[in-house]
Amino acid sequence: MIAALRVAVVAGVLLFLYLPLAVLFAFSFNDSKYSMAWKGFTLKWYEALAANPQLVDAAIHSVVLAVTAATVATVIGTLGAVALYRYRFRGRASLSGLLYVLLLTPDIVLAISLLCLFVVLGVSLGFGSLVIAHVTFCLPFTVVTVYARLSGFDPRLVEAARDLGAGEFTAMRRVLLPLALPAIVAGWLLSFTLSLDDVVVSYFVSGPEYEVLPLRIYSMVRLGFKPEVNALATLLFVLSLAIVLASQLLLRQRRPS
Amino acid sequence: MQHVFRRASTGLIALWLAVFVLLPTLMVVATSLLTRHDSHFVSLPLTLDNYARLFDPLYAGVLVDSFGLAALATVLCLLVGYPFAWIVARARAPWRHLLLLLVIVPFWTNSLIRAYAVKLVLATNGALNSALFALGYSGEPLQLLYTPFAVVAGLVYVLLPFMILPLYAVIEKLDPRLLEAAADLGAGRLQRFVRVILPLTLPGIVAGGVLVFLPALGLFYVSDVLGGAKDLLVGNLVKNQFLVARDWPFGAAASVTLVVLMGLLLWAWSASARRANQRIGEP
Repeated sequence: MIAALRVAVVAGVLLFLYLPLAVLFAFSFNDSKYSMAWKGFTLKWYEALAANPQLVDAAIHSVVLAVTAATVATVIGTLGAVALYRYRFRGRASLSGLLYVLLLTPDIVLAISLLCLFVVLGVSLGFGSLVIAHVTFCLPFTVVTVYARLSGFDPRLVEAARDLGAGEFTAMRRVLLPLALPAIVAGWLLSFTLSLDDVVVSYFVSGPEYEVLPLRIYSMVRLGFKPEVNALATLLFVLSLAIVLASQLLLRQRRPS
Repeated sequence: MQHVFRRASTGLIALWLAVFVLLPTLMVVATSLLTRHDSHFVSLPLTLDNYARLFDPLYAGVLVDSFGLAALATVLCLLVGYPFAWIVARARAPWRHLLLLLVIVPFWTNSLIRAYAVKLVLATNGALNSALFALGYSGEPLQLLYTPFAVVAGLVYVLLPFMILPLYAVIEKLDPRLLEAAADLGAGRLQRFVRVILPLTLPGIVAGGVLVFLPALGLFYVSDVLGGAKDLLVGNLVKNQFLVARDWPFGAAASVTLVVLMGLLLWAWSASARRANQRIGEP
């Protein structure tokens, strides 16, 4: 009885999570523009997608933005985590407190505050403003991920390196960074995912010359249905699945050495 | 050289947070106290009118509705997420990892696209109604889309993993021996749940609650895609004040109110975490 209930709960939640996605993917192959009824298999929405350079450009922009923002956030966040781990400095508690507050700040609050900043400073909205905004909301995630891993290590490892004559930078490069590498990779992947998933912040701080995918899609699906969007979502999903599987395989191959 | 590295690593993140978090936050607070201006967005004099306007029935209604919808979505996430997180945390290793991965996979699809996927399911001629007809239902198709129900469904769909993951983290750490001890001392199922499990997992419940409730107030696109062009969430209100009505001070006031609310929730969270720790520490 209990076992059956358990299976039912798990199946129910997974159905809830995947049914809409399955419907989304299925309708990318449906030969009907307005009706939701099944009219047969077609690939014409994929052809329509290929003929829609704006949508493809927006998708490429989003990926470029996500890679850039995740990389910058990982570099600054890793250095920040090392600083929090290694040093006792004035304002250390406020710095980590601020990071936790930032972690929980609703996107819309961050979005309008950055919009205010960019308008006051006269920063034109585009790729630069998007990178700044995405780095800002990814930063606490990279710091927390890397810091969590560092705080599990024996601090004497770094002290030993220092005693043996390594400078701070060398100790970081040769001891801390290799140890923290899995967390750094995890932080980068998390940032990449957060950046791709973002709608709210991008909505406020992007400009016409650098349109990202969520905004392009937003104008298309607000009212009505667009099968091209289904086709694009299917392709992106398959792509991210392939990337994650590939990264898993790479990590697994590296582990034995 | 030592000092250079130390200063650079500390300074870089401190500088970033100061320029892109603290400074803009102060600007928003300042904006919320200014008066609207047509060409410069804001102007003097200082005023509290923007906060007073939040109590105008029109806007107070949006706030109350938004809080209600967000609270409902949070409770639903908890009711669905808790048993699920419990089962996952107690499952054997390969299953546990697989199930966790399956919770995360939907994140790889942009949440706007996920809201759109919910729309495909709920539409008048969508998947749900088609399934009902296929099962022999013959009445009017259900009008699910463009209702508050659709918005709640969308919020739950987009935010459920944020509830499951913190719940999983606390349940996984829960020492099964505590439950055995409670059972040995004669506690029944209900007592074990209310007096042992619930207090010990409370930090996870509050964490999940905060992670669902706060974004649920702001996800304007879920309300736009699934609820029609109505101001249902605080997020729609803020977005429209900033980008449509161009009343920045009022939008900023709504946003500051959100931050104050967040502060209160965080305080409740840390208080509950502290209490849970004390309880474990008790002899």
